[in-house]
Amino acid sequence: MGYLGGFAITLRNVFFGPRVTTQYPKEKAPIAMRRHGRHVLNRYEDGMEKCIGCELCAGVCPARCIYVRGADNPPDDPVSPGERYGFVYEINYLRCIHCDLCVEACPTEAITESKLFEFSFTDRQDAIYTRDELLVDDDGRPQLLPWEDWRPGDDEHTSAWMRATAPSGDASYEGRVAWSGELGYGLRAPELGQTAPAPADDHDDHGHDDHDDHGGGH
Amino acid sequence: MGDPLLSGPLDWGIVGIVVLKVVVAFVLLLVSVLFMVYWERKFIADMQNRIGPDRAGPAGILQTLADGTKFFFKEDLHPQRADWAVFVLAPFLSFVPAFVTFAIVPIGGDFSNGNDGTISIFGRDTYLQVADPPIGVLLFLALSSIAVYGVMLAGWSSGSKYPLLGSVRASAQMVSYEAALGLSVCAVVLLSGSLSTHEIVVQQAGSVLDWNLVTTGVVPFVIFLIAGTAELNRPPFDLVEAEQELVGGFHTEYSSIRFALFFLAEFMNTVVMSAIIVTLFFGGPAGPQLFGPDIIWGFFWFVAKLFVFLCIFIWFRATLPRLRYDQLMDLGWKVLIPLALGWLLLLAAIKLGQQLDWNLGAVIVGAIAIMGAATGLLVAAVRSAKRTADDDVVVID
Repeated sequence: MGYLGGFAITLRNVFFGPRVTTQYPKEKAPIAMRRHGRHVLNRYEDGMEKCIGCELCAGVCPARCIYVRGADNPPDDPVSPGERYGFVYEINYLRCIHCDLCVEACPTEAITESKLFEFSFTDRQDAIYTRDELLVDDDGRPQLLPWEDWRPGDDEHTSAWMRATAPSGDASYEGRVAWSGELGYGLRAPELGQTAPAPADDHDDHGHDDHDDHGGGH
Repeated sequence: MGDPLLSGPLDWGIVGIVVLKVVVAFVLLLVSVLFMVYWERKFIADMQNRIGPDRAGPAGILQTLADGTKFFFKEDLHPQRADWAVFVLAPFLSFVPAFVTFAIVPIGGDFSNGNDGTISIFGRDTYLQVADPPIGVLLFLALSSIAVYGVMLAGWSSGSKYPLLGSVRASAQMVSYEAALGLSVCAVVLLSGSLSTHEIVVQQAGSVLDWNLVTTGVVPFVIFLIAGTAELNRPPFDLVEAEQELVGGFHTEYSSIRFALFFLAEFMNTVVMSAIIVTLFFGGPAGPQLFGPDIIWGFFWFVAKLFVFLCIFIWFRATLPRLRYDQLMDLGWKVLIPLALGWLLLLAAIKLGQQLDWNLGAVIVGAIAIMGAATGLLVAAVRSAKRTADDDVVVID
């Protein structure tokens, strides 16, 4: 049929074609298991913050949306275990592209992403999330801020990517827990993927060294 | 000949009827444009497995009004380097010809049983068309040439490179396809023996077999449809405003209501071109009177045929990818124009043969032999030109 075959296809779709439109605000498409959404700053099981203020996330960020300043822990009331903590931690969501490179770069699993993507602002200043807003609450769950539209499940498995692939993908680590516990959850079980029979995905088994170099370059 | 309304002495009643017809035609065209904007979006959405506009009003029927209101309230930007007078004039040059062309289209009337489409309004006999000039078809061709100026001057006066490139393409494209368009209209005029659109419709009023589509042998219709699409700058010939290459083409620098005028003109031209196709090839408002008052059926058949062609233009847009510039020119100059010219000569030979009582079979065989030879010569010329062009290409390793 050559050229005319195309006419038949378009005409057929008028009468028999499916309608693939999702009526978005009313009905919502299922969200992917590891969707990259709004970030959270995690804490250890004892409530200490995981962030050590190393700025690797800021260094790796291609959109330059993260601003971090570290400070020495006050000796009598430490915020994080170790020497330093994230004194200032800001993410500008007008710039963030949700690439998850900050999550990959983080040496302490401090920053991970929830599945929330339905949030908006009326002001540029409001788009900059501060440490107070990003930190998980006392149960280890993301704070449900009033201008965000959380759906059931958006705040679960916020460190799933980490627990599926770290450190990782290397066959010798298969099935071994190589991540730290989280406030509210304890030591979380491996996510789908790490022990799956499929060939191990080793794209980030040298992740930390790589990102150190990367961070230094910026 | 001519509208019976104007044959007698002029009085205020006649003026009133003419003004009424002008207003009705104006409103009808605007309403059909409103509908076309909506229907194009809805129908192409159906072809692309989408839903299309459905927010404004039931099933999105008020979408066009919402768009229009938005355009009115947008800021009217003045490009600093634009040639202001021409810049303002261009949108009007593009949509006034569409209105004027619509004036010669018969939109209704009783053409059944040998009637000549005359109807009676307020006790006076008239045709249901704004004007029936004896040179109607020529007027259509002239006005479609003027529409080229709208696009060309818009691009030229914007003082910006993309509109300029768009308008250069537009003028080349519209000028080349106008030749094919004119030649295919010639075939209709040759058989009808009249340039008056009303007369052309009357000639086709008998049955489907009297339609010029059949009597001219389909080929002029196909050429007219293709050339008409190119003349409208609609896909697949929309490289005047090819988004991927030229931002918005000739109307890149236009905003607000001035852009809306171009938008309106584009759809208005689509409606008018469909109306012209219906008039020239499909018998216009001619059709059987089924039941009820006689006066509605002519208008009904006209709108029904018009609607089919509006859908066909949308169908083209949904199906065909845009042509490349050289393909466009090849199709226009090396296929459509020779074909239209050859077909016109064939029809002329047959008509002459009938008048002089020649053997019809011999005429057709002879004409086809000559057309075959001409096609061979044309193909040979194109090949040889292409070889020469290929030889000139310097290959750099």
